[in-house]
Amino acid sequence: MSVLDTTPDTMPAGPEIKPKLSRDDIIMRGGMIVIALYLLITLAFPLWAMLSKSFSTYQFDLSQYEFQISDDAGVFDGAILTGAELNARTNVYEASDLAGSSDSRLGVTKFFPDFSFRSPVHYKIRNSVEGGRFLVGSKLYNTLDWLELDSNTFRRVQLRPVKSTGISNFVSYFSTPALFNSIKNSLLIAAISTVITVSLAFWFAYALNRSCMRFKGVFRLIAMMPILVPSLLPGIALVYLFGNQGMLKGLLFGASIYGPIGIVIGSVFFTFPHAFLIISTALAISDSRLYEAATSLRSTPWRTFWTVTVPGARYGLISATFVVFNLVITDFGLPKVIGGQFNVLAVDIYKQVIGQQNFEMGAVVSVVLVVPAILAFAIDRLVQSKQVALLSARSVPYAPSPNTRTDRIFLVYSSLVALFIVGLLAVCQFAALVKFWPYDLSLSLNNYQFDKMDGGGWGSYFNSIELALLTAVIGTSVVFFGAYLVEKTNGFPVGRSLFQMFAMLPMAIPGMVLGLAYIFFFNSPSNPLNFVYGTMAILVICTVTHFYTVSHLTAVTALKQMDREFEAVSSSLKQPTMKLFARVTVPVCLPAILDISIYLFVNAMTTVSAVVFLYSPKTTLASIAVLNMDDAGDIAPAAAMGMMIFYTNAAARILHLIASKGILKRTQAWRTR
Amino acid sequence: MKHYDVRTSAVTQPADSGKLYLSIENLWKAFGSFMALKDISLTINEGEFVCFLGPSGCGKTTLLRAIAGLDLQTKGTVKQAGKDISNLPPSERDFGIVFQSYALFPNLTIEKNIAFGLENAGRSKSEITARVTELLNLVSLPDQGKKYPAQLSGGQQQRIALARAIATNPGLLLLDEPLSALDAKVRVHLRHEIKELQRKLGVTTVMVTHDQEEALSMADRIVVMNHGVIEQVGAPTEIYREPSSLFVADFIGEMNQIKSRVADDGSLSIGEKTFACHEHSFRGGDAVVAAIRPEDVIPHEVGYQPGDENRNCIEVLLHEMEFLGSFWRCRLQNDLFGGTELFADFSINAVRRLDLGEGKNMVIELPVDRLMAFESPEAPA
Repeated sequence: MSVLDTTPDTMPAGPEIKPKLSRDDIIMRGGMIVIALYLLITLAFPLWAMLSKSFSTYQFDLSQYEFQISDDAGVFDGAILTGAELNARTNVYEASDLAGSSDSRLGVTKFFPDFSFRSPVHYKIRNSVEGGRFLVGSKLYNTLDWLELDSNTFRRVQLRPVKSTGISNFVSYFSTPALFNSIKNSLLIAAISTVITVSLAFWFAYALNRSCMRFKGVFRLIAMMPILVPSLLPGIALVYLFGNQGMLKGLLFGASIYGPIGIVIGSVFFTFPHAFLIISTALAISDSRLYEAATSLRSTPWRTFWTVTVPGARYGLISATFVVFNLVITDFGLPKVIGGQFNVLAVDIYKQVIGQQNFEMGAVVSVVLVVPAILAFAIDRLVQSKQVALLSARSVPYAPSPNTRTDRIFLVYSSLVALFIVGLLAVCQFAALVKFWPYDLSLSLNNYQFDKMDGGGWGSYFNSIELALLTAVIGTSVVFFGAYLVEKTNGFPVGRSLFQMFAMLPMAIPGMVLGLAYIFFFNSPSNPLNFVYGTMAILVICTVTHFYTVSHLTAVTALKQMDREFEAVSSSLKQPTMKLFARVTVPVCLPAILDISIYLFVNAMTTVSAVVFLYSPKTTLASIAVLNMDDAGDIAPAAAMGMMIFYTNAAARILHLIASKGILKRTQAWRTR
Repeated sequence: MKHYDVRTSAVTQPADSGKLYLSIENLWKAFGSFMALKDISLTINEGEFVCFLGPSGCGKTTLLRAIAGLDLQTKGTVKQAGKDISNLPPSERDFGIVFQSYALFPNLTIEKNIAFGLENAGRSKSEITARVTELLNLVSLPDQGKKYPAQLSGGQQQRIALARAIATNPGLLLLDEPLSALDAKVRVHLRHEIKELQRKLGVTTVMVTHDQEEALSMADRIVVMNHGVIEQVGAPTEIYREPSSLFVADFIGEMNQIKSRVADDGSLSIGEKTFACHEHSFRGGDAVVAAIRPEDVIPHEVGYQPGDENRNCIEVLLHEMEFLGSFWRCRLQNDLFGGTELFADFSINAVRRLDLGEGKNMVIELPVDRLMAFESPEAPA
């Protein structure tokens, strides 16, 4: 083209225009940095602390201490012995005794068989190399100077281990069959549960979307019930049904419910709603024109099913598969209650940390657990990003036509699934109300006297409600505002993509891992944020972070439906962006905001995994109380508390529904023409 | 050197000598390695209605957004009313804007939408109410204030968006494809109404459009853009009558294009015949494209003999006729044109008078001042 030939195609050199930032730009970037910082402190730093912990090993190095011993008159003869020499002579410490953790201490009086704290003998001790450390009482000595102590003080000397960085924790993990067998167990359980749940949920969703059976609304409601209870509640129900004194124990033909069978059945229960929701969405958006085409080409129903239905729902199926896999492999409550001797990764973390106080090994198991969780998460994201183009504006929604025979089959099938879900909940409720299962089945409220049991009593219940409310209010504000800033801030691409990454990360981090990471980060004495440890604040922070991703995605989806030019119009009218946010963005997105808050509320009520490491005697929680009462053998009160959580969540959902309807009526009048 | 001066300021000067309001100097916009705007310079006078016209991806919206400060240019200067606004954020510039999507706030009533920009500026409540009423009257929707945007039709919504944009009396009105989302009837009506309003208010206006009819009917001046550069700037009649390049000629209206060569006397040789033509700047022997608009072809009866040799008359075969309502579109064949058919629009009257019909022969005249020469796209000079 003539004109093009004469046009310089390269920009002249020289500086580019630097935008002058408006007040709004500065406020929005500032806000984004604040929330990114929040995510950095509540997510990235703790995870980093955990990762570095998993590579830290602590070992007592006896050769770096030197000792002298005096005669009874307190005179030293000048003979110097290293700790290693003393140990070689006396053999009091085996190699395994010398492997420690960050808090380990080692006494030294055993090196001297004649030691008595009443003897007049004096001792001298020093570090022979830089970096050596020992305590006298609680005072730390790390210099090379000799320290002379009388016998009575010398018994208070404690050596401290040397920290080194390396993979030896992982080496010892993978050379301990009791530990690494859990990997196999976890994968096996997750795989089996996933196959069963996804198959059950697919046909259930198919029945609800593609048949004309009755009671669809009731079935939909029942399918969502398991979301309202902690994952360990089905475990308790299974104990009542199939445990040592279970009513249906005979059905297992001698097999024990405590182990893989129990975990799988319970996992199917608590992951069912997640799989159902995803697959149902995928089935709901099918295009009826494809079915008409198949019918006109004389395709058999069977062939249509495999060539139209399944491919149409394939992204939903894949997504459901990875979500369920992730939920099962990272779940802690259920295997803790019903796993028996069958070890899985999430419980291993708990056992290492709470049982054995071996924080480094807990960190190693966490790292091992994060790998499959992140993989499942990444594949799920990849699949979901591909689903977008499936539905075009011209698609015609599929409307099923009645078929007496198949509708009846689907009704029977759906009733069985519903019976399974309602049945487990009913067993829990029944068990909570009877005096003494199975010997005295008369009803009583004794099991609700939580104050007489372990676990924090009714206080736990009210703590849980406080946590859920705070999480809903604070979490929704932070998440929605953060999503708004990241969606609507001009320029600043690096900051925005970093923020997006941080917002997606929590989904991939199992709760146990997050909780443990919080111990490492917030409980470190050198952390200025140490004061939040053991408070309600850390529980709120942890829960908000734990459930950040889904909330963030909900907010982003709602914000993406807003006209992109609102901000441009507002700034051309010289109005502050925050006015637009308050007057337009928030009211228009109110349905999504309410969804986020109920999601956070319900999850805060039921979560066990992250907070199990973080509660203090003052901040015990209902879900943890279920766990602890079950642990203590108070299974009926545990079931009672679990059902309290269920009723609270159900009430919250109903309130949410009423509130949404009311608010929508008032603020969303514009939606109706 | 006609084709080259599109890049000099001579052509981009305002047509009439009004007061300079907006000037754009050497503007560049890069998206990575892609140059969306290349060295754009343009001035706009106070009260002028200017259209940026071009195919999608030509950079017209990018230029508008740079003027608004919504997407800052990479390099170059923008001055508004004598003030350098090159790097200012939108909130510190003086403009109102209307988008294709209307961007009305869905949860606010029409009144509240219009009042949005009037708040926080020291106006009293009654002042704001009065202004809103005035604006609603101005856009002829006086009774719609209490409704929500979704309750109005597309055309009504666009008028509200316009009212909101001019509520604060901005010095510059920017319209980004404001009519594209509307159906044809409403579009024609609103076209007229916006132009009226603009004339009444006297506000300097820049509109982006890809619709040539819209640009021709509304603009005082049209800026034709392509591939990130300005092809031509001029009044609608000028752009249509005197396109400066084949691109402009082809993009606005329709244009027959016939390969030809410039003879030594400056006339155009097509086949063995030479045609006198509009003045041009090519030299003898240059390969060019001879161009004429279908409606400029004059029909004559068979055997017509012009008195003057230079009147470019040739005999053609009328190959096909297509009835398009107000005129006939005819495809004409002659060995001179090779395989190319010449399009000509003849009035119903002429067809009847000359008894034209498919398969018949006729004489056509290519008026000398309407036959133009453009640089050939295949063989650049």
